[in-house]
Amino acid sequence: MSVTTAPDWVRRRTEPNWLARLFDYKPFLVFACLLPAVGLLLVFLTYPLGLGIYLAFTDTTIGRSGVWVGLENFEYLLEDKLWWNAVFFSVFYTAVATIGKFGLGLWLALLLNNHVPFKSLLRAIILLPWIVPTVLSAIAFWWIYDPQFSIISYLFVDVLGWRTTNIDFIGSAWPARFSLIAANIWRGIPFVAISLLAGLQTISPSLYEAALLDGSTAWQRFRFITFPMLLPILAIVMTFSIIFTFTDFQLVYAITRGGPVNSTHLLATLAFQRGIPGGQLGEGAAIAVSMIPFLVAATLFSYFALARRKWQQGESND
Amino acid sequence: MTDAAATAAPIQGNAATAQPEAMSWDSKTRRLVMLYVPLACFVLILLFPFYWMGITAFKPNAELYDYKTYNPFWIGSPTLDHIKHLLFNTAYPRWLVTTMTVSICATILSLFASTLAAYAIQRLRFRGSQYVGLAIYLAYLVPPSILFIPLATMVFQLGLFDTPMALILTYPTFLIPFCTWLLIGYFKSIPYELEECALIDGATRIQILMKITLPLAVPGLISAGIFSFTLSWNEFIYALAFIQSSESKTVPVAILTELVSGDVYQWGALMAGSLLGSLPVAIFYSFFVDYYVSSLTGAVKE
Repeated sequence: MSVTTAPDWVRRRTEPNWLARLFDYKPFLVFACLLPAVGLLLVFLTYPLGLGIYLAFTDTTIGRSGVWVGLENFEYLLEDKLWWNAVFFSVFYTAVATIGKFGLGLWLALLLNNHVPFKSLLRAIILLPWIVPTVLSAIAFWWIYDPQFSIISYLFVDVLGWRTTNIDFIGSAWPARFSLIAANIWRGIPFVAISLLAGLQTISPSLYEAALLDGSTAWQRFRFITFPMLLPILAIVMTFSIIFTFTDFQLVYAITRGGPVNSTHLLATLAFQRGIPGGQLGEGAAIAVSMIPFLVAATLFSYFALARRKWQQGESND
Repeated sequence: MTDAAATAAPIQGNAATAQPEAMSWDSKTRRLVMLYVPLACFVLILLFPFYWMGITAFKPNAELYDYKTYNPFWIGSPTLDHIKHLLFNTAYPRWLVTTMTVSICATILSLFASTLAAYAIQRLRFRGSQYVGLAIYLAYLVPPSILFIPLATMVFQLGLFDTPMALILTYPTFLIPFCTWLLIGYFKSIPYELEECALIDGATRIQILMKITLPLAVPGLISAGIFSFTLSWNEFIYALAFIQSSESKTVPVAILTELVSGDVYQWGALMAGSLLGSLPVAIFYSFFVDYYVSSLTGAVKE
């Protein structure tokens, strides 16, 4: 055999079977790679989204496909006090819980940004409320809010003696609303704190050194370095937080199920109540669809109001 | 860094106000009040519900409803009654198995789909790959609360109602967008030269993916896997809407719908159920905390 190895190699290369050649053909490869993800998302996300909007314009009930009724569902909702109630509480819940979560979360992130012993352990512990299934921690809150055996009432009445009667956490409208918001804040703090902590750690210490040399106060350093540098991450985290707080379902469903007297219904729980146990799929879909404008507005607001300056992204952005 | 800044602050400020002694706190006291006390409060409040859950789960009923004679913050005589009741008198083990199966299947399915998608978007650079990436990201912003009603009708028409398959197929809708974005970030960090070398050596695209890119992206795959697993374990609204029969419910739904019966709540059993339901995720999480944190923060930074 006087043939060099090169032609041999070339021949072997031209002989892969048709399957291998198909997978080396780029358009096909791209198609094949995207198919599972895009297929699943199209079938179970995009199509249902469209179907949901369509259902909102029909009078479908469980077991009967409905007919097109135009805006009737929405007209009905506009006259429905419960729906207005749910809109109010959804907005209120989102606003107060977001302010609470971000205020406390930012504080916790700033605390954790110091040198603290057992920092990684601390970080792991702090994330726990976020890991544990929401419904299960909500049930724990339900028990904490128990009218008779609430541990908080016990603390205030029997230990501290500040009150004479048990606190009525979820028995009447306003206390129930604030109890739910407190539970939501409790659950949201870890996510905000850990995300913002990651943002804090990317801020270059030299900025603080420069500011220190210029004689800045701690507040000035926070106001003019930390906060502006944190804004891009803040915007993203806030967008997510607002979207998922506004469409929250689990917490309210687990603790109050919309009660007492429907005062704590969020749009999502109202949609569920009308749609699944109530069987009015069309109306439920209309309530769900009515969340979309709020979501778009909230997203646009937090995106454009907070993330408009490119330079803040720093060099880590690519 | 910031630490140094915080402790150095009073000295700096005082130079200007010319009252060094009066204002400069002992830095240890200051640190205690400004840092450790608030931090301790945060940890206390964040952990208290779990402590309360744990303590209730092991309290005998006599102690549970009598705060006058027993200190509610401690257990006089711990008991396993609630857990026993849960394991032997209810379908709890069954629910655990269902939840586990659904979570694992949904995680594998979404990892598979999102690895391929992320590879295609990040490495195969076709026209419009950016837009596909953006579209997948936008899919993450569509909350399940909007989708569950139309999905319920779809699931019914497909004949999947009341089967675990309904959950396995719908969970990826919120897992894939997240995993894809996470993995795009990881693939980005792997040097492209490695793949070029393999291409020159005559490897096919599939071989490159299997033998070069994936082994290097293992940390990313682990992060994405843990994240998907916890998210599927926590999922509630789909499981509530698509599953009806008691035995194929997932743990969160089953506790809320099966254990809560009548007017008298069995708090001991409820808390034991919540504790047991949280444990698998918590244990799983504790092994991979760092991956988890990096995935959380990585995804936010993208």
